[in-house]
Amino acid sequence: MMANAWLLLTAFVYLALLFGIAYRTDRFRESGKSWINNANVYSLSLAVYCTAWTFYGSVGLAASQGFMFLPIYLGPTLLALLWSGVLRKIIRIAKRYALTSLADFLSVRYGNATFLGGLVTFVAFVGILPYISLQIKAIGFGFELLVEAPDQLSTGSTSDSTTFFVTLVLVAFTILFGVRHLDATERHEGMVAAIAFESLIKLVAFLACGVFVVYGVYNGFADLFQKASAFPELAQLWTLGHDGEYEEWFFLNLLAMLAILLLPRQFQVAVVENVNERHVDRASWLFPLYLLLINIFVLPIALAGRLEFPDGQIDADTFMLTLPVHLENGWIAWLVFLGGLSAATSMIVVESVALSNMICNSLVMPILIRIPFVNLKEGKGLNRVLLFIRRASVALVLFTSYAYFQTVSSAYSLVSIGLISFLAVAQFAPALLGGLYWRNGNRTGALLGLSTGFAVWAYTLPFGQMIQAGWFEASLLTEGPGGIDWLRPIALFGFEGAKPIVQATFWSLLLNTLAYVGGSLLTTPSRLERQQARLFVGAMSFSEHSNSLQTWQGTATPIQLQRLLERFLGKDHTRQALARYATSHHTSFADLLAADVAEAGLIQHTEKLLSGSIGSVSARIMVASVVEEEPLGMDAVMDLLDATQQAIAYGQQLEEKSKELQKVTDDLQSANLRLQELDRLKDDFISTITHELRTPLTSIRAFSEILHDTPGLPEEKQREFLGIIIKESERLTRLIGQILDFEKLESGKMDWNPQPLELQALCEDALASLGQLLRDQQIRVETHFPETAVQVEGDYDRLLQVLLNLLSNAVKFCPKQAGRIEVSVKRLEEHAEIRVKDNGIGIPEKERNAVFEKFRQVQSTNEGKPAGTGLGLSISKNIVEHHGGTIGVAPGSEYGAIFFFTIPLLPETPALPNLQGGYVPEDPDR
Amino acid sequence: MSQKILIVEDDPAIVVSLEFLMGQHGYDVRVAQNGEDGENLAREFRPDLILLDVNLPLKSGFEICQQLRSEPDFDRTYILLLTAKGREVDIEKGTALGADAYVTKPFSTRELIPQVQRLLTEPRSPS
Repeated sequence: MMANAWLLLTAFVYLALLFGIAYRTDRFRESGKSWINNANVYSLSLAVYCTAWTFYGSVGLAASQGFMFLPIYLGPTLLALLWSGVLRKIIRIAKRYALTSLADFLSVRYGNATFLGGLVTFVAFVGILPYISLQIKAIGFGFELLVEAPDQLSTGSTSDSTTFFVTLVLVAFTILFGVRHLDATERHEGMVAAIAFESLIKLVAFLACGVFVVYGVYNGFADLFQKASAFPELAQLWTLGHDGEYEEWFFLNLLAMLAILLLPRQFQVAVVENVNERHVDRASWLFPLYLLLINIFVLPIALAGRLEFPDGQIDADTFMLTLPVHLENGWIAWLVFLGGLSAATSMIVVESVALSNMICNSLVMPILIRIPFVNLKEGKGLNRVLLFIRRASVALVLFTSYAYFQTVSSAYSLVSIGLISFLAVAQFAPALLGGLYWRNGNRTGALLGLSTGFAVWAYTLPFGQMIQAGWFEASLLTEGPGGIDWLRPIALFGFEGAKPIVQATFWSLLLNTLAYVGGSLLTTPSRLERQQARLFVGAMSFSEHSNSLQTWQGTATPIQLQRLLERFLGKDHTRQALARYATSHHTSFADLLAADVAEAGLIQHTEKLLSGSIGSVSARIMVASVVEEEPLGMDAVMDLLDATQQAIAYGQQLEEKSKELQKVTDDLQSANLRLQELDRLKDDFISTITHELRTPLTSIRAFSEILHDTPGLPEEKQREFLGIIIKESERLTRLIGQILDFEKLESGKMDWNPQPLELQALCEDALASLGQLLRDQQIRVETHFPETAVQVEGDYDRLLQVLLNLLSNAVKFCPKQAGRIEVSVKRLEEHAEIRVKDNGIGIPEKERNAVFEKFRQVQSTNEGKPAGTGLGLSISKNIVEHHGGTIGVAPGSEYGAIFFFTIPLLPETPALPNLQGGYVPEDPDR
Repeated sequence: MSQKILIVEDDPAIVVSLEFLMGQHGYDVRVAQNGEDGENLAREFRPDLILLDVNLPLKSGFEICQQLRSEPDFDRTYILLLTAKGREVDIEKGTALGADAYVTKPFSTRELIPQVQRLLTEPRSPS
């Protein structure tokens, strides 16, 4: 029908056109503008989702299973409602960290997990192979169908030479198209523009074919459906509810929802190639609209195919081509061929570019960078090495896909092959979604989940297919490995009766999720992981345009950065990139390089440029090799923030400690002041004590000398002087006793001898022992005692000492010849109170507490001499308090001091007559 | 006419000893037992030498010393401070206030008597 050469020429011209679009876009971009900075172009580029599977396979599926083709498009449509949430979050994170692939994304999320990135790459690579092989198959049969009569092509199988040739061309095309040179930012505007154009062609071709079939061959939808409804097996195609269809419907929807996010090419166009986050908003309705349009004619074309080829010898996957060929419309057939070619090539190009990027950045580079003799840090011309790795990756991907096609997928329908890939990439879902929304998701969980899911996938689907393809014994499917029934790949764990894809989806995603969650909960992530988790989960709180990368605190010269870039990007690209940077920062290229120290922004920019070529993790290592010092930027800040929660608790503890410390300090300070005060008082005390000791000593010495040096002293004088010596000696003894008492009280070594005693008697004893002094000073004494005995328990000698101290103080301050002292005993509720009142100079109110402090003397410099040692009242206070009483100066002491002290009463105070009157103390110390 | 000595001291035992000693050595002795009495008696008695205790009731020896030294009437009166406080600061304070000698308790009569006699061999010349 159509000449092979003509078809080939058309195909090549078409490919050349695409290349031209890409080329022009790139040139245009170099002039600083962008064709693809446009929500419509972004939406169309997303339609790379519609591959040969959609273009040919949907019809094929609809021809046998009716609406079952729809979930693949319903899923993304439903998900579109969530897009502005999930996708925008992913885009924002990816832009912040200059992430260039899903592998990059996950490895950075889980704390620069290089191994995880490698695993993701491996899973993506293996998982996508069937999908690419599907495209090769579609292009292949496109060629063959148009060359030979459709009637002779009953199976849609193609010859080896054609597909191999197709593969070769695709490798060359993809390399030219997507890996022509290293793009510093890993964005391919030219490619995206071409993809968008191809999406248009796909849609136009599909709609043209549909219109041709429905309106050209039949008289519209009604006519077509009416004719089809005549056949029961066709009529049931547009009804739902056959066995297991609902669950299949559900799982396919789920798979498609995940695939639209997780397929490497979708991640590439939706995230990496995204120019503006806001484009997502329009895409969230425009892309579903595209899906709706491209699906309108699926069922009609399928029905028409079934009607036109009733014998079922034509592979339904080829209806799109075989119908126009059969109906002899060459233009439509040609258009469909171009549409199919568009669908397949766009998928292959983007998928290969995405995969080669992952293979290079997440698989090869992390290995190379760790091999010492490769010495990436010093090597020259690395850009060529990188380019070679990528191109080789493209070839590897395509040839492996070809091999897969040859060995396995040629026997399967397009859709069943595609779904295998869908499920493979769906294994990334727990790690990605968990990584976006669950802080506790960690590396161990991600690795466990992904490995588990991948293993189940590999076992249930590709392995199952390989068995069916005859690679392994068929008994593995029917009886299970080693006869273990529940291990059969098509009915794992006894999941019987469902299609392989349904049970594989169920088990792989279930076990994957469980392993991810379990692994995350059971292990503790590193600090870096926790930090990344927080950054990723909380990504939307960062500004859309906020600085993407961690800041570098170290220093590097611009020349060092330039050399680093040149190694990976080559001289020209480095120069261009830096010149562009200089322009955008209002400086010149020369000035930029002339700086002694590169500004932080330039270091960041360098890292970003490198991220595009070698992946973010490797880029960071390379930049770190040039920039001196450890980075203390976002990382460190976030580390700090990470520690914040602990720090807050810790801070509270610190605050408490600090308060305690402050209190201790205050205490110490006041203690110190107190010590200083005490020190001063002690000095005074020693001065006073020595004064008090020196006075009797002076008399003793003087009289001793007089007695010694004065011969013939009358005996009367001798006796008088000796008497004074004795009295003064007693005074000395008393003083020393008081000092010792005080020391005993202070150190708690005082021996107490408690006994019941009567206070009236105590007072009388005290007055009796002072009788001579009182008479000498002509002091009048009054006593006010209750009639009944007031009984307390106490140490007689000590309490007498207190009383004597108070009385002798009173005597000291009484005016000469007109002194008056009142002593009274009174019962209070639980205590007895003894008062000693004099008519002396009194005590100023502010001194009333101070007089009881040790070493403190009532200051009365102008009025009279100090009250003795300064120990008497302090000793008294100690004694009274030991008895459970209080001592003080009563109000009204301005005119004559009133001292009082209390002693607890004995529980019962029997009203006994005064039994102890006239008790004379043995201790004559006072 | 015998030279006159005023003793201002509140401790009765010391007063007795000083009074006996000074009287035995032929001085005309008067005694005051507090600061105010001492100052008044000094004006009335016009002693040649005052044995002045520092720690006195009502008025301290330092104050009396300062007061008397400001009056020309006492230019020729020796003042000998007696104190139980033997610290250097006290001695300095006493001499600064115009005391002629400073005796620390417990003093020896064997030193005190010669010291008094030495001072009284010639009239005091005002400084």
